[in-house]
Amino acid sequence: MSSGNMLEVKSLDVFYGDVQVLWDVNFEVKQGEVVALIGANGSGKSTTLATISSLLTPKRGSVTFEGQPLHTRAAHEIISLGIAHVPEARRLFPDMTVEENLLLGALTPEAKKTRPEMLEKVYTLFPRMRERAKQLAGTMSGGEQQMAAIGRGLMSKPRLLMLDEPSLGLSPLLVGDIFRVVEEVHKQGVTVLLVEQNVFKTLTIADRAYVLENGQIVHSGTGKDLLNDEHVKKAYLGL
Amino acid sequence: MTPQLAGQIELFVQVVIAGLLLGGLYSLIGLGMSLIMGVMRIINLAHGELMMVAMYITFLLFSLIHMDPYLSLFVVLPALFLIGAALQKYLITPVMDVESVLPQNQVLLTVGIGMVLSNLAQMVFSADYKSVPVSYASKTIYWDVNVGGQTISLSFNFPFLVAFGIAIALGAALFLFLGKTDIGRMIRATAQDKRAAAIMGINTKRITYITFGLGAALVGAAGTLLAPVYYLYPAIGGPFTSKAFIITVLGGMGNIAGAVLGGVVLGLGESLGSVYISLGYKDAFGFIIFVLVLIFLPKGLLGKSSV
Ligand SMILES: Nc1ncnc2c1ncn2[C@@H]1O[C@H](COP(=O)(O)OP(=O)(O)O)[C@@H](O)[C@H]1O
Ligand SMILES: [Mg+2]
Repeated sequence: MSSGNMLEVKSLDVFYGDVQVLWDVNFEVKQGEVVALIGANGSGKSTTLATISSLLTPKRGSVTFEGQPLHTRAAHEIISLGIAHVPEARRLFPDMTVEENLLLGALTPEAKKTRPEMLEKVYTLFPRMRERAKQLAGTMSGGEQQMAAIGRGLMSKPRLLMLDEPSLGLSPLLVGDIFRVVEEVHKQGVTVLLVEQNVFKTLTIADRAYVLENGQIVHSGTGKDLLNDEHVKKAYLGL
Repeated sequence: MTPQLAGQIELFVQVVIAGLLLGGLYSLIGLGMSLIMGVMRIINLAHGELMMVAMYITFLLFSLIHMDPYLSLFVVLPALFLIGAALQKYLITPVMDVESVLPQNQVLLTVGIGMVLSNLAQMVFSADYKSVPVSYASKTIYWDVNVGGQTISLSFNFPFLVAFGIAIALGAALFLFLGKTDIGRMIRATAQDKRAAAIMGINTKRITYITFGLGAALVGAAGTLLAPVYYLYPAIGGPFTSKAFIITVLGGMGNIAGAVLGGVVLGLGESLGSVYISLGYKDAFGFIIFVLVLIFLPKGLLGKSSV
């Protein structure tokens, strides 16, 4: 880790078939930061996270986590390196209970050892999940599903938590809850890579942020700087 | 009660019992197929042929070293598991990985696997009928019940009774395994959302090998349990593949609880149909139930499709 970066994304070109959707994407996340990736629908945010998770293989470029290359690994190997990915649209296992979903978040040998205490931790963070433990995940409301999805991500005790639009489709009240949870998790020492369309709230809590447009990073800076940036104000904050 | 009525009740109860016992075995066949369907989203059209392989293993062990069929389950289950896992790993997965013009070419591949297996059996064992002549093949247990002053005498075929008990035990073990163990949960997770499963660290390819292995072991168990009461010949798999397909659709494509119900419904349908309508059309009843369900309950009897 000579560069001091926890996560390094370098010159990524990613394609779906023949269609290129990421163009020379570069960014990094330092240990302890909250870094945000913002951009309009279809700009390539989810594709970027999927590439970090090795669900997609980049045509060019590299992804490195704590000095280890990720893009040469299989998708199922990523979580054991210390990265948890809470995917877009929650992607819970709908016909399993909340507790079963949480247990599936802790499959690595490391995580298995600390399952009971992590389960307790998640239930403390989301008391609602304790009440819903035996309920089928697919029958819960969107907000509850998002909590379960974040909880499932935390079960592996990740050092880097990647969240893909956790506030999508939630009422303003729940959006606030989700952002508070993200801050709480961060306070407990987890580095966060946050993909969001709720740009104002995101830039408020982010140390740094990158703006993706049509698969390219067009802006970057501290959360505060971007909040005051004319282009960002116009394009994303409607000011 | 008149003796005539008692006789009719006796026949009816007897037919229902026979149907339920047969249904237990059918459920075992359907469970394996449903598991494979639920995880890989393919119909395994070599299912009956895998059962045939298990029957020949049972036959060999019996004729060579006089191993009791029920004891040979301890050989058949692991053997079929390995055969199934190897078929998935070396044949089906490579074909799934190739992008092709035919979206369902894995299903065609299973047809091919079935044909190769039955041809191999014919080369090794010839097309002759074989049997596993255990001493208890036609042993029957009688049970007299007093109904309204008349005695109704019910009989239970011993091998079918044992088969039913073992089928229930294996089915229960499968449900416990899927519900309470990490690997079981990993199989269900893979069936419900493959991509999310990979993110959780599940090697979904390995899960497909295990799943096909389990499916093959389950139908293999059914083959071994049938061996004492059925003749075996290389082409015996075909009709059972059809039955497995019917059970899986009845149960709601990939719904394993539904497969149990589908198996029982098919067993009862065949048993009742062959006595009250005509023995000659025994195999047609399954298809009739099948078509009725497809028309009126297109999602299967339980209407929910998930492992
Ligand atoms: N599975 C896919 N196959 C083909 N194109 C896709 C696929 N997923 C996303 N895309 C396309 O890639 C681009 C980026 O999508 P995505 O990464 O989901 O954007 P975002 O998450 O920023 O909304 C979009 O143009 C989208 O239509
Ligand atoms: Mg997205």
